[in-house]
Amino acid sequence: MPMLSRTAANLFWTGRYIERADFVCRLVDATARLASLPSTYGGDPTAWTGALASAGVADAFADTGLEPSELNITPFLTIGAANPSSIRNCLERARGNARAVRTALTREAWESLNGAWHEVERFTGPRLSRARAGELVEMVRRAVLAFDGSAHRTMLRDDAYWFLQLGAAMERADNTARLLDVKYHLLLPRDEAVGGSLDYFQWATILRTVSALTAYRWVYRDTVKPWLVADLLIFNTQMPRSLASCYGEIVELLDHLGEGSGRRGPAHRVAGSVQLGLEGTDIDQVFASGLHEFINRFLADNNQLGAAVAEQFLF
Amino acid sequence: MADSFDEMNGWGGSDPRAAYGEIRRWLDETPPEILQTRHAQAELLFRRTGITFSVYGDAEGAERLIPFDVVPRVLTAAEWNRLEQGLVQRVEALNLLLADLYGGQEIIKAGVIPPELVTGNPQYQLAVAGHVPPQGVFVHIAGIDLVRTGPDDFYVLEDNARTPSGVSYMLENREMMLRLFPELLQRAQVAPVETYPDLLLETLRSVSPDGADGDAGIVVLTPGPHNSAFYEHSFLADKMGVELVEGADLFVRDDRVFMRTTEGPRRVDVIYRRIDDAYLDPLFFRPDSTLGVPGLLTAYLAGNVAIANAVGTGVADDKAMYSYMPEIIRFYMGREPLLANVPTWRCREAEHLSYVLDHLPELVVKEVDGSGGYGMLVGPHATKAQIAGFAAKLRAAPEKFIAQPTLALSTCPTLSDGRIQPRHVDLRPFVLTGAKGVKVVPGGLTRVALAPGSLVVNSSQGGGTKDTWVSG
Repeated sequence: MPMLSRTAANLFWTGRYIERADFVCRLVDATARLASLPSTYGGDPTAWTGALASAGVADAFADTGLEPSELNITPFLTIGAANPSSIRNCLERARGNARAVRTALTREAWESLNGAWHEVERFTGPRLSRARAGELVEMVRRAVLAFDGSAHRTMLRDDAYWFLQLGAAMERADNTARLLDVKYHLLLPRDEAVGGSLDYFQWATILRTVSALTAYRWVYRDTVKPWLVADLLIFNTQMPRSLASCYGEIVELLDHLGEGSGRRGPAHRVAGSVQLGLEGTDIDQVFASGLHEFINRFLADNNQLGAAVAEQFLF
Repeated sequence: MADSFDEMNGWGGSDPRAAYGEIRRWLDETPPEILQTRHAQAELLFRRTGITFSVYGDAEGAERLIPFDVVPRVLTAAEWNRLEQGLVQRVEALNLLLADLYGGQEIIKAGVIPPELVTGNPQYQLAVAGHVPPQGVFVHIAGIDLVRTGPDDFYVLEDNARTPSGVSYMLENREMMLRLFPELLQRAQVAPVETYPDLLLETLRSVSPDGADGDAGIVVLTPGPHNSAFYEHSFLADKMGVELVEGADLFVRDDRVFMRTTEGPRRVDVIYRRIDDAYLDPLFFRPDSTLGVPGLLTAYLAGNVAIANAVGTGVADDKAMYSYMPEIIRFYMGREPLLANVPTWRCREAEHLSYVLDHLPELVVKEVDGSGGYGMLVGPHATKAQIAGFAAKLRAAPEKFIAQPTLALSTCPTLSDGRIQPRHVDLRPFVLTGAKGVKVVPGGLTRVALAPGSLVVNSSQGGGTKDTWVSG
């Protein structure tokens, strides 16, 4: 069944914004943990500015003219009106997009999102204590799980569902890649005493931001090593936030979306070639040719896919 | 208030009525605090579901709840049967009237209504004169506002033949009551209303231009999420399983209407539009409209698309035309009206005007094309200065106004300030007309004026709603 292009676009963006809200939640959580470590254990006074960069909002924060301290950055990331990617703004946009296409979501999926938005409205700034920020993050993470769960349990497996998931998968890939982009220098292979590096806590923070610290241990059965962190986040197809997993999902979703018409378009081509590129490379080659360059190329490809989706489905 | 009829306790509150037997018992055995808790629960659920409306010109109240009262309003099956026959008759007459006004205008030739009601009416759409809409139906969805003044005295207060709203509240209020008080509904044997979306779909399908067609492309056309009734638009589209579209989602090619989909254009046969005539097609009506679809009227005139309600129905439901409804029913149906009109003075007529000007403190004066309770004068509640100001407006443009006596509207038990108190109500049943005739689901939307003694029930003016039961 074809669907309205506007509806498809709204669902795609609902998926993206919910995913982004979830990412920022985990980022705030992991950063608070890193920043609270004593400096002798790698506690990083620049942890919060790093978080701004990982969320892609360093410039937006600079525009506020505020001092880059936890006191200012936490509310900016969570409820900041001037931050297009604040958790609150993400939920508001996700809800706005969903409300315009109320009929394309099930009542359960809509209510979990609408309920979360009303909850977030209760968190007002300009200050937000660490405890309050923690409450907000916890509430939103639960709401996102509830949304995913209701979508999974109640939505028809039709184009509406695929577009919602497509937005989420592309945003997820983008988030993981941006995190790698900001932290790549920490992941370059170096000769260092195993376990002796203060960077350990940085690596753990990266893994926490993508909910993968435990997963790492299950996959590699090894202490945290930076090149394996990069491998997990880029190539591991079991790890749902890795670039390879996201693209596997994207290609599958685009196939579903093409089933109705039997047509394939520019989005299929771009996604297919990115996936092929990931399959034909390993972590050693990436380090050999430059992790930073690799990530930058990936981010550009992901943007190009966004444009191709808009073109193909007439957004 | 002593002169109002109370639907639970009768005249003067001392004549308990059988229809409310279950409700009275329930209210007697339920402490008000429990009702208050249930009321709070209902508000929470409504907000969570997003059952909200927007008030124009209200900056902060972007999305507000319509207050919901947990005490239902009850009509007996016998009362309802009488109302239903009257409603069917009235809506049949409205459809015949419109077919005539856009056709041979026999009713004007016969001298039953004055020609200026049509020629001078901005709602008369010359562009569609002579056009017969698919299956000849003009008013597919009508909302007829009724008021009650005594055990057997119901009046039509207003006909809504353009884009009447509120049916989602009729349905959601029932869902809420089923959730909050399931055993009470079972005891009271309440007729269900949940068939409305199916009947609406059936109605729309039946007027598809190519005959009743299972594959007809049906859409609900909304002005968008900022419209006050957007929730209802999305609700109805969802319950019918049809697309909810905005003007920009549609386009016209070769006099046919299509929607833009992810797989290219898809044909549209029936449009349930929730936007006014003036915004439908910028090529014919308001050129600045971005809500409509350029070329839509051409496709309509070519007979390739059904628009529900048809273009131009506004001429039949303004308050000047309303005052002639008894004559209109007699003219087309050859029978006496089953539902009475409220006595109405037409200020366009000199004798009526002078009567109205002499009696303003006891009358309700309304603009003939007004709606939503705006721009009206409620004489008994107005100050001297307001009355003087209104008299000046009346003298300046008498044809724009009608006047009616202030009716002693019936009251229903309502939870207010933590206890049960009588509050004035009206009733809007929804009447569907398709190719196969007229249908009404048993009930409608009961609106209640929440302020003590107030007669204004409009949601835009602080009115609330109740579930409406046809029981027994």
